[in-house]
Amino acid sequence: MRTMPNGSNRTARWVAPGRVRTRAAPLVLLVLATALTVGLAAAGCGGKPRAQAAKKFVIANGGSDTMVNLAQMWSEEYHKVNPNVSIEVAGGGSGVGIRDLIQGIVAIANCSRDMTEAEKAQARKNTGKDPVEWVVGYDGIAIYAHKDSPVEQLTIEELAGIYGEGGKIANWSQLGVNLKAADGSDKIVRVSRQNSSGTYAYFRENVLDKKDFKLGSKDMSGSKDVVELVSRTKCAIGYSGMGYATEGVKMIKLAAKNGDEGCVPSVENVAVGKYPLSRSLLLYTLGRPEGDVKAYLEWALSPAGQKIVKEAGYIPISAVPKNIEI
Amino acid sequence: MNDPVVPAPALSLFRATSFTRKKIRVQKAAGILFGAMACALLVPLLALVVYLVVNAWPALTWEFLTDVPQGGMRRGGIWPALIGTLYLVVFSRLFSTPVGVLAGVYLNEYAKDNWLTRVVNLAVVNLAGVPSIVHALFGVGAFVIFAGLGKSVLAASLTLAIMTLPVMIVATREALAAVPMAFRVACWNLGASRWQTIRTIVLPNSIGGILTGVILEVCRAAGETAPIMFTGAIFFKAVERWDFFPYSPREQCMALSYHLHAISTQVPGVPEPMLYATAVVLLGFVLAFNSLAIVVRFRMRQRKKW
Amino acid sequence: MGGALKQTLQTLRRIASGLSERTIVALIHLCGISAIVFVFGIFFFVFREGSPFLRDIFDFRSFFLSEEWHPTSVVNRRYGILALLAGTGSVTVMAMLVAIPFGLGTAVFLSQFCGRRTREALKIMVELLAAVPSVVWGFIGLMVMNPLIVRLTGAPIGLNVLNAGIVVGLMSAPIIVSIAEDAIRAVPDTYVEAAEALGATRWQLVYRVVLPAAKSGLLAAVLLGVGRAVGETMAVLMATGHSIHIPFTAEAPFFHPLESVRTLTATIAAELGEAPRLDTGPGGIFPVEARHYQSLFVIGMALFAITFLISVTADLIVKGIRRKA
Repeated sequence: MRTMPNGSNRTARWVAPGRVRTRAAPLVLLVLATALTVGLAAAGCGGKPRAQAAKKFVIANGGSDTMVNLAQMWSEEYHKVNPNVSIEVAGGGSGVGIRDLIQGIVAIANCSRDMTEAEKAQARKNTGKDPVEWVVGYDGIAIYAHKDSPVEQLTIEELAGIYGEGGKIANWSQLGVNLKAADGSDKIVRVSRQNSSGTYAYFRENVLDKKDFKLGSKDMSGSKDVVELVSRTKCAIGYSGMGYATEGVKMIKLAAKNGDEGCVPSVENVAVGKYPLSRSLLLYTLGRPEGDVKAYLEWALSPAGQKIVKEAGYIPISAVPKNIEI
Repeated sequence: MNDPVVPAPALSLFRATSFTRKKIRVQKAAGILFGAMACALLVPLLALVVYLVVNAWPALTWEFLTDVPQGGMRRGGIWPALIGTLYLVVFSRLFSTPVGVLAGVYLNEYAKDNWLTRVVNLAVVNLAGVPSIVHALFGVGAFVIFAGLGKSVLAASLTLAIMTLPVMIVATREALAAVPMAFRVACWNLGASRWQTIRTIVLPNSIGGILTGVILEVCRAAGETAPIMFTGAIFFKAVERWDFFPYSPREQCMALSYHLHAISTQVPGVPEPMLYATAVVLLGFVLAFNSLAIVVRFRMRQRKKW
Repeated sequence: MGGALKQTLQTLRRIASGLSERTIVALIHLCGISAIVFVFGIFFFVFREGSPFLRDIFDFRSFFLSEEWHPTSVVNRRYGILALLAGTGSVTVMAMLVAIPFGLGTAVFLSQFCGRRTREALKIMVELLAAVPSVVWGFIGLMVMNPLIVRLTGAPIGLNVLNAGIVVGLMSAPIIVSIAEDAIRAVPDTYVEAAEALGATRWQLVYRVVLPAAKSGLLAAVLLGVGRAVGETMAVLMATGHSIHIPFTAEAPFFHPLESVRTLTATIAAELGEAPRLDTGPGGIFPVEARHYQSLFVIGMALFAITFLISVTADLIVKGIRRKA
């Protein structure tokens, strides 16, 4: 005899409809049970951090991709100094950091460019507080090439010709450089950043004189991506923060004007204002910070925090004399 | 299935003519060609797994799994990302499993053959076809902004839940459809109502298929990057080792898939074995769960009594 | 422990039978139509965020027929997605060049040329291939394929249509395999038996009977593969080179596989994070900086429309088969 659908092979007897008993019934409950246990677990997840939050303070910190690694290293170190404070680090770009600051999502925005007037106005309108700027270090935007590339020096004007809309320089031979890919083409492979990054905006403002980029560049979504791609591509040129240098790339000397002697971004060159593409690394807060945020900022500006700026490949504030403006 | 249509010498009566021999040669060639194509599709999978594991080997340690990132993410492990992925998976399951199962029940047990059912089916097909980045846009528009959840574990999980919902619905519907009609009829004849029948007979008998759906959803949710990038994944958060509850549902979390993207595009100087190891852990997680689904399916098929 | 579990189960059972049937049935109906709600929700919310752009500055010609994508420019903001459409198109075509022959070939092999055990094993492998996360594929494109393509072709850079096409092809092949195999299996046995009785070899059977009979199902499989390829995000973001560039010219009407492109999906993924969503200013007008964010949602609408059309067409084709059978 075949097993009854309900799994029993006893003679079927009438069961009140409300209490259909089957051996498989627990299985259906299993679904509910899983849902419920998962729910309970989740409630546990929800409950515990709240309990911890009483003693654990979370500082949300977001923004510039250039600074995301610096911020991450700070966060990591500061967690050792003060285990009760946990710092979240989000990347996304300077624009995102500022947007999130304005909306009150983050307490600190990392920024590799100044806030625009429109952004400041929006912050005042949304929160009633003025954004406060903190300079935490300096960065030079390095021009990278493959480590075997024969290119030594470029001027800002040449860079504009390579990257700018309407720029005439498309091949390495136009710069008097003999650099060919395996298939014989000597096209310059331009590596750039996606169009909303702070580095992109800085480059546009200071190299291209606010004009647009030539389309067709490889627009990478991370600073490391740029350097990584350049290190794998013989005919490439790219720009990125000086902290991203690796063994596979070299920095090209950059001169402000034709005929000037170029230099690479180094602590000395940036500190005395000799390197043409230098900028400050900024943190923004809404109003004067208090409590844990204040303590964190003070720590970041202290020698301990500034040591990490150096480790991340950037220039600590103490290296730059007060009278030099970057 | 492979035997030639004309078995050669045994039947000398039907001697193969040169035409037949040519036919058989063509057939063999076709078989080899198609077999080669199948291999060509699958060899890359094996090659990749082997390549990734070999490159990741130096970094693949227990420490790597359980340690927090250190030295600017260049050393240490992936613990917070691993836990973050678990968070996203659990929370998204919490929403999409019940809804998906009930929707599957509706489609297979309640829906009549009318325009509404046709529209629902079309919607399921469409939902499955929507690109993950459009799901991300939806998550931003609906959960992050409209519902006011902000970028958070909740917003990201809900986005993932809706993205994986069609898998759950289809898996449930098919599992239910595999239960013979006679079971239901027998139960109805005992006086049970439609829901009682479903609860006591149909669901228990299709639990294997439903479970497979859940496991496949887990894979999908763990592997996706685009939908969580803008709804709740974060670059880094300082947490303790072995801390199982580092995030609250309203906070953002790290996730394995996003972590892989971040360290391969943003963090300078990450040693290559670490990059590969992160990829291997993500791949291993997904493939392991997929294999689990396959095992469950096989076991259930063996246990089927009809 | 066992006792506690049993008790929990019993409690749960009481709760389950205590829930009135009416509530549950209502809940089931609600969940049943949830798919419709979500599809509309997706459309609504994407439209909601993008609508100011459509209302204020959208212009069909300058949006779809211009390749100038300068959404953050300070001198002249331009929103042209022609190059992005060309990028999506060329990556999809390249992916299909990989996925269609190999996908359909594998489906034929699985359904006609191999035994049960081989089939089961191969199907599991196909399933696993489909499970590889897209960011892992992107990582492979970036770390493995890029140097490989440079070495093999001598191209200056290995992040290009070829790289992304192969990666996306491998990603969309499994869906083609599984749907095509279903379509082939749906061919009535009588067709196959009749052909075999006439002395057809397996190849003749496939070529003259099975493929023609299953052709609309195969078309649906290909369409869904195309849908997958168009919607792929992370892998193309990492493997195409992300460059605004139309990879064909009037002299060479077919795309050039060794040139970098950028797709619609990757553009959203790369730029959405940093595009500010600003409120309207005092006059109820959005500041110009907000247009970038909105334009990305308009791209999202275009993508939604493309995949919607593909899914509906594929579904209609499959329905057509069922009705005939």
